[in-house]
Amino acid sequence: MIKQSISPLPRDLNTPLQTSKHKALKWGFLGIILVLLSFVISIGTGAVWIQPSVIIDSFISFQKENIEHQLIKEVRIPRALTGALIGAASAVAGTIMQGITRNPLADPSIIGITHGSGLAIAISLAFIGSGSYWNLLIWSFAGSAIGAILVLAFTMISKERISPVTLTLAGAALSTLFSALSTGIALYFQVAQDLSFWFAGGLSGTKWLHVYLLLPTLLIGLFLSLWISRSLTILAMGEEVAAGLGQSFRQVRWIGIVTVVLLSGAAVSIAGAIGFIGLIIPHIVRLLVGPDYRWLLPLSAVAGALLLTIADIGARMINPPFETPVSAVTALIGVPFFLYLSRQKRGYM
Amino acid sequence: MDWKEALVRSKVWLMLFSFLILVTFVISLSTGALPITIKEMLVTFSGAGTAQQELVLYQLRLPRMIIALLIGAGLALSGAILQGLSRNSLADPGILGINAGAGLAAVFCIYLFSRANSTLFSSPFLLPVFAFIGALIIAILIYSFSWKGGIEPGRLLLMGLGFNALCGALLIILQLKMDPKDFQQATIWLTGSIWGTQWPYVWALLPWIILLIPISFLKARSMNLLQFSETVPHVLGLKVESERRILLVLSAALAGSCVAVGGGIAFIGLLAPHLARRLCGANFFSLLPLSALIGSFLLLVADMIGKNLLAPADIPVGIVISVIGAPYLIYMLLTRKGVGMNS
Repeated sequence: MIKQSISPLPRDLNTPLQTSKHKALKWGFLGIILVLLSFVISIGTGAVWIQPSVIIDSFISFQKENIEHQLIKEVRIPRALTGALIGAASAVAGTIMQGITRNPLADPSIIGITHGSGLAIAISLAFIGSGSYWNLLIWSFAGSAIGAILVLAFTMISKERISPVTLTLAGAALSTLFSALSTGIALYFQVAQDLSFWFAGGLSGTKWLHVYLLLPTLLIGLFLSLWISRSLTILAMGEEVAAGLGQSFRQVRWIGIVTVVLLSGAAVSIAGAIGFIGLIIPHIVRLLVGPDYRWLLPLSAVAGALLLTIADIGARMINPPFETPVSAVTALIGVPFFLYLSRQKRGYM
Repeated sequence: MDWKEALVRSKVWLMLFSFLILVTFVISLSTGALPITIKEMLVTFSGAGTAQQELVLYQLRLPRMIIALLIGAGLALSGAILQGLSRNSLADPGILGINAGAGLAAVFCIYLFSRANSTLFSSPFLLPVFAFIGALIIAILIYSFSWKGGIEPGRLLLMGLGFNALCGALLIILQLKMDPKDFQQATIWLTGSIWGTQWPYVWALLPWIILLIPISFLKARSMNLLQFSETVPHVLGLKVESERRILLVLSAALAGSCVAVGGGIAFIGLLAPHLARRLCGANFFSLLPLSALIGSFLLLVADMIGKNLLAPADIPVGIVISVIGAPYLIYMLLTRKGVGMNS
């Protein structure tokens, strides 16, 4: 019998939390510059390559007659912005998820939230008809909420502390169940193509509407997460320590879950199942700025935006002029990282 | 305990499941879009049926059900062997990504040789070979990646999940490069369907199963020994590591050949050995044959449900199995004693 001792996320109690402020500002500044740079590249890449000078030109003096300027304004910029926002939302959702479950392998995509949303979409397509875009968006939200609640119920029902392996397996089982059900529904009601179209989603065809939807969601999510950031930091030191410091988890957990559902639900309903960003980013950022969630959360947002923007550039460059689904690109980046994390010594897990 | 003793002890269950398989087989043969009564069936088998009944029985239902039997047994054995060699009751070729590796290789084979246009390469006999190679590569990768001075069951599972996701991503990329006709064929492997199978696939699968089942039965003794902690089998003269490697190849071969014909059917390799263990104990002498029988039975039943539940629509059998298997896995995770992996 292997008794897995689950210690929380890596922490170094000897370094006071204040020192991370300096680091965080430094990395945050660097991150924002990199995001801006990747933005320019992302706007430039596509079926038609656009020179950076033209991009800057379109910002300074936009000409309606110029086709390239139109392309930049109506296609490229919304796409780049949506990608960045979704990356940020996924990363923040992953950070919160890892915080409240104290599980380094927690990620909305691994844990079955995304497939819950897929199932809801399948039901909605089959029984209500494709309906309006808003209709689908709401269904997707509801599905991810149900997925999250099921995962949470699972962590509550089992008496012992859930080990990462168990949680990941339960998530995989739930995902398989959801995707089997949605495939079955889709096949029977002959909406399989609509479903896979929705699910594979990706970032092509994103419009300004998506940006207007995502931006407030991300801001609300960030606000909520920063509200509980202090408690998350304390929670990372272990439940005993946190209880000793008089923290009530129930409230923190619920706010956290609501935030995760809000952020990942929005991301999934717009871009489909893009996984692994919420898994990778928190670990990298934690290495850079330490365990203080007040800095961890905003920096995760920046790093997530950077990662998905780069992945989206990659998706357009692997096999031009065709697009590779960006979810495949993030999986190719994410899986080696997942394997590396799983190989870490048990104390870390 | 020896073969004879173990089989005698579990003879009730072995006979029960053989009987159940027989009953299900007959029921499944007679049901479907065109119902055929048992009497008509006997008439047809004696050679006096109508041409339509002959076509339905010989060309549509019989090959499909024989394949369900073979795949069920093969996947169940593959899972039982994996659980035996890793001492991990949650191991399953589907969860560990071995099925995904086999599927990836099979799809790659379709992609590669659809261009060559040669009949040799497009024959169903080559697919199991490719799928076996794919399964083996993934199995070796998972094993060597989770090797860290020993195999820890939890790490093995996580590695498997990771490689599963990797194969999924590669599949998506590969599929996009295919033309629609190949794409259609490739999706069969992904959903796990034994729909529309014909005799050539039976002949392609049969030699693998006939060869591999006796070999895995012969390995029952060493699997029994492997259940002890590392030193015991060593003292008893078992080369633990080399034995594990042989078992891994065996399991990959079983999973690969089954996936090549039936697609990514998950959970059979998990469910069947579990039920068998509940019924007759953890002795591999009786566990292996009973697992194979239960696996065949489960897949036959799942196929029958998929065929009839929403008739005339055909639900892929992989979906039926997932709907049964996933709640069971979650139930297992919840009721396990302790945090460790050996339940």
